[in-house]
Amino acid sequence: MSVLVLVEHDGSHIKDATLATVTAAAKLGEVHALVVGNNADGAAQAAAKIAGVGKVHVATSAALEHQLAEAVAPVVARLMEGHDAFVAPATTTGKNIAPRVAALLDVMQISDILSVEGPDTFTRPIYAGNAIATVKSKDAKKVITVRTTAFEKAAAEGGSASVETVDAGGDSGSSSFVGLEASKSERPELTSAGVIVSGGRAFGSSEQFHSLLDPLADKLGAAVGASRAAVDAGYAPNDYQVGQTGKIVAPNVYIAIGISGAIQHLAGMKDSKTIIAINKDEEAPIFQVADIGLVGDLFKIVPELTEKL
Amino acid sequence: MKVLVAVKRVIDYNVKPRVKMDGTGVDLANVKMSMNPFDEIAVEEAIRLKEKGVVTEIIAVSIGPAKAQETLRTALAMGADRAILVQTDEEVEPLAVAKILAKIAEEEQPQLVILGKQAIDDDNNATGQMLAALLGWPQGTFASKVELSDSATVTREVDGGLETVKLNLPAVVTTDLRLNEPRYASLPNIMKAKSKPLATKSPGDYGVDVARRLETLKVVEPAKRQAGIKVGSVDELVGKLKSLGIAK
Repeated sequence: MSVLVLVEHDGSHIKDATLATVTAAAKLGEVHALVVGNNADGAAQAAAKIAGVGKVHVATSAALEHQLAEAVAPVVARLMEGHDAFVAPATTTGKNIAPRVAALLDVMQISDILSVEGPDTFTRPIYAGNAIATVKSKDAKKVITVRTTAFEKAAAEGGSASVETVDAGGDSGSSSFVGLEASKSERPELTSAGVIVSGGRAFGSSEQFHSLLDPLADKLGAAVGASRAAVDAGYAPNDYQVGQTGKIVAPNVYIAIGISGAIQHLAGMKDSKTIIAINKDEEAPIFQVADIGLVGDLFKIVPELTEKL
Repeated sequence: MKVLVAVKRVIDYNVKPRVKMDGTGVDLANVKMSMNPFDEIAVEEAIRLKEKGVVTEIIAVSIGPAKAQETLRTALAMGADRAILVQTDEEVEPLAVAKILAKIAEEEQPQLVILGKQAIDDDNNATGQMLAALLGWPQGTFASKVELSDSATVTREVDGGLETVKLNLPAVVTTDLRLNEPRYASLPNIMKAKSKPLATKSPGDYGVDVARRLETLKVVEPAKRQAGIKVGSVDELVGKLKSLGIAK
């Protein structure tokens, strides 16, 4: 079986999500990487070095610069004539593009897979991860998105795949990129951070959220996350959100502060290696999944903790 | 300008789902069901566009069992003008839902279709993108802001921040959490919604085969985490962090 993997990149660098996706794809067959973009030579060269990648297809054009789904999906659909499966990371980029590809191929997508059980059988979370379904695809070709925290990262070095330029298609003309307001942060990215400190509604305000959590995160070299309640209350931007409707994370250490532990939040972080919870309510559900808990007032605990680290 | 909104009847957001003992699925007997939260946001957005005067008619569509009528009545009570129920007791996958919606879009000729980005039961996050592909329309997924004129300018929640795209109409938009805060239907509007038109159709009326492409072999509970220990002080916690190697 030959498997086409969508490479997520910023032109020169490959994002970590790609490496886990390669691992998942390699369980199905020979991995070919697809790099789409405008100036994507750096990304193509980097993709060729990923261990386990047999070939790199590169499609470049001005229309592909921002990887809009309208331009990318037809490129993938054409390449799928020669491949048996298309696999993308379940990032906002992958989730935007893959279903569009699936519909063009008349295939039902297998979303957010946790494991590969066989050539057409996979497990995936449903109901915010409160149930795990094993599903078998009857489609001849597969379109899959991968929960990247469920797979080890492939080695970024060690491969030497050939790079081949493919048809980049035209401009659909139906959509255009206007701008990107990138979240500025010196901290690690949430989905690839080793340590995450995450705050909930108990912080009471945006000022307190940042003035308490940011110094702690800096001490630990951690990324900052938030519960949906904190995001809804306006304490943190939406791209901090961890949970069913936000980001799925699995760091080495996840520190949940002032987060009660609603099932939608647990869905996004319960695969973390070690979970630490700080909450004033000792009955809070977060303590049922926490390895280490501390009951008390976060407004006292967090400054003290930051100081003592 | 006409707008189509798609709504799904799902397990209520506050209910903890329980896996059936026989491993065939999640037990939905006697469980509270509601409109998928992202679809409420879709309905709200359509209503706001109507209140701004850019939209003239809102058509709510649901594909599901007879009881999905209740979900459609909720959409009508919020402010949709009429509803279409495509009734089936089968569990319809996103691809088939998108095919039915595409047929309805061809009939109704809306300039915009708004859907929730994901249903909180199957968590697929696929129907809107599939619909856009089938119609050959552009898509603005995970929208946190929609501005409508002779085109749609959509701000999208992406991993690295906020991306803004401009879409020619007609287009498909899927909603993210921060797009708006849905209203509650008032009692007079709930009463009024009872007399708004609701047409009932079947997938066959649209010539769509809803046979599943994914066979569910089994459904199990995820591995449970064991509750750990509680520490009594910040000093103890610092000690634990040191032993985990994340503090010096």
